[in-house]
Amino acid sequence: MSIECLAPGVATLLQDAGRRGLRRHGIADGGALDPWSFALANLLAGNPAGAPTLEITLAGPRLRFHVAARIALCGGGIEAECDGTPLPTSRPVAVPAGGVLRLGRCRDGARAYLAVRGGLRVVPVLGSASTDLRAGFGGIAGRPLRSGDRLAIEGAANVDSVRFPDWWIDPSSDDRPRGGDRVVRVLAGSDATAPPGALFAHAWQVTPASNRQGLRLLGRAIAAAERGERVSEPVVPGTVQLPPDGQPIVLLADAQTHGGYPRIGHAIRADWPALAQLRPGDRLRFSPCAPDEARAALCRQRQRLHRIALALDAKRALA
Amino acid sequence: MNDATIEPLGEDALLLRLGRGIDPALNARVHALVRRIEAARPPWLREVVPAYASLAVFLDIDPCTDAGVEAFATAGAWLRRQLDAASPEDVDASMQVPATTVEIPVCYAPACAPDLDDIAAHAGLSRADVVALHCAGDYRVAMVGFAPGFPYLIGLDPRLAMPRLASPRTHVPAGSVAIGGAQAGIYPRASPGGWRLVGRTPLALFDPSWPSPCLLAAGQRVRFRPIDEAAFEALQADSAA
Repeated sequence: MSIECLAPGVATLLQDAGRRGLRRHGIADGGALDPWSFALANLLAGNPAGAPTLEITLAGPRLRFHVAARIALCGGGIEAECDGTPLPTSRPVAVPAGGVLRLGRCRDGARAYLAVRGGLRVVPVLGSASTDLRAGFGGIAGRPLRSGDRLAIEGAANVDSVRFPDWWIDPSSDDRPRGGDRVVRVLAGSDATAPPGALFAHAWQVTPASNRQGLRLLGRAIAAAERGERVSEPVVPGTVQLPPDGQPIVLLADAQTHGGYPRIGHAIRADWPALAQLRPGDRLRFSPCAPDEARAALCRQRQRLHRIALALDAKRALA
Repeated sequence: MNDATIEPLGEDALLLRLGRGIDPALNARVHALVRRIEAARPPWLREVVPAYASLAVFLDIDPCTDAGVEAFATAGAWLRRQLDAASPEDVDASMQVPATTVEIPVCYAPACAPDLDDIAAHAGLSRADVVALHCAGDYRVAMVGFAPGFPYLIGLDPRLAMPRLASPRTHVPAGSVAIGGAQAGIYPRASPGGWRLVGRTPLALFDPSWPSPCLLAAGQRVRFRPIDEAAFEALQADSAA
């Protein structure tokens, strides 16, 4: 009753909703970098919210299903096929026993989530199945998936061939019109820039040094209004730090707990899914945002997820 | 604490700042405030994360309900009152509470202490003097951060202060006892790092399978005790067993 890894992909990690309440120990939140695609994958697979999934980075693994399974793939526009049948994303898919799932490149983003009905069985560490790569614990011994790894799953009945329905859901996390550079909304931080609003004045490019800890950006260097030595203070996922080189870093789910750089803003939670999907070389812009607007965007996103859950319940009731 | 400030830290936390320096008295005020908040256990409290001169209070609320919005406002006002009520007498009393002291055995042999000679040269002291001064210090864990279980220690003898390496090492061994400017710390796990390495402890500082995953917590006292290489190896074997 398992999935066997035949080829691991670039960086495939077990992730769930992460850890909370351990930052005083220096322990990062972790968890799915794109919480939206993660939640959709679990919804489509029929899992409870927060079930462990595989988070695929840029290009995916090849997996043999030793038992039939019901799965869902969401995020990144990932290429997928199973036993010669191209698979769509954002739909429930049935995979027969012995099926080999080949995941290709993320064509429209950086991260995809593979959810398996019943969840991937992992022993939680500090309350979560999430892999903390930097600290080396959680998931599969704190490391990415390797060839030969076997992940325990619950088998599915009545699956003899690759199947998926002819409907799909709109997987967009964002109800704003798309086109041009990604726009990430930012709450005011502790530090101002000089001149004010310098963060918003031009576009930034994502550099290859980016990872789950933070997106490192490159653009016209900016400065904090107040210079000088600072003492480390708490930071959180979303915090926009400004190191001395004037190139901002947007902290993500694996953010360290404390940081000494000026904090010039906080990327709003509703835009974390978009941040997680940015690839090295992609461009983004920031726009200022008020707390009420951040809350409204988050609540709209949750309502969209809720509507999708209701629609899926209706589909299942009719099936 | 009229100069104290309170500001949002992202969408579900508030940052309370008492000052901007690395100063034992200021840090003691931070820990007193942490204890005050934790003792009151308000229903919306998720976690308090101390730092040198500030602390973050994480709220466990749902921002998409009226109750959640109300709780956020209530929490801000309540925390403001705690800041205002934390009188100097209060702080003095809390500072007299004897914090638990954790003794950390440290091997200062050259194999464990690649930067000890540089520190000695920088300070104009002998190796033995550096070890003696390092062990004489009465340290306080100002905060745990950077990595799981990494203690930032206040109390380093100012003569031992030395700037970080210009270029960080790609590999610092687990247990390395380090100096970064006026701060002292211990690397729980092998990692890159730019602090000067003066010794190494065989003790494990972090283990996710422990009921409390870190050996050290903010507010505790720490003392270093010198051990030789044989003791280091014996203790390391015990630690691994």
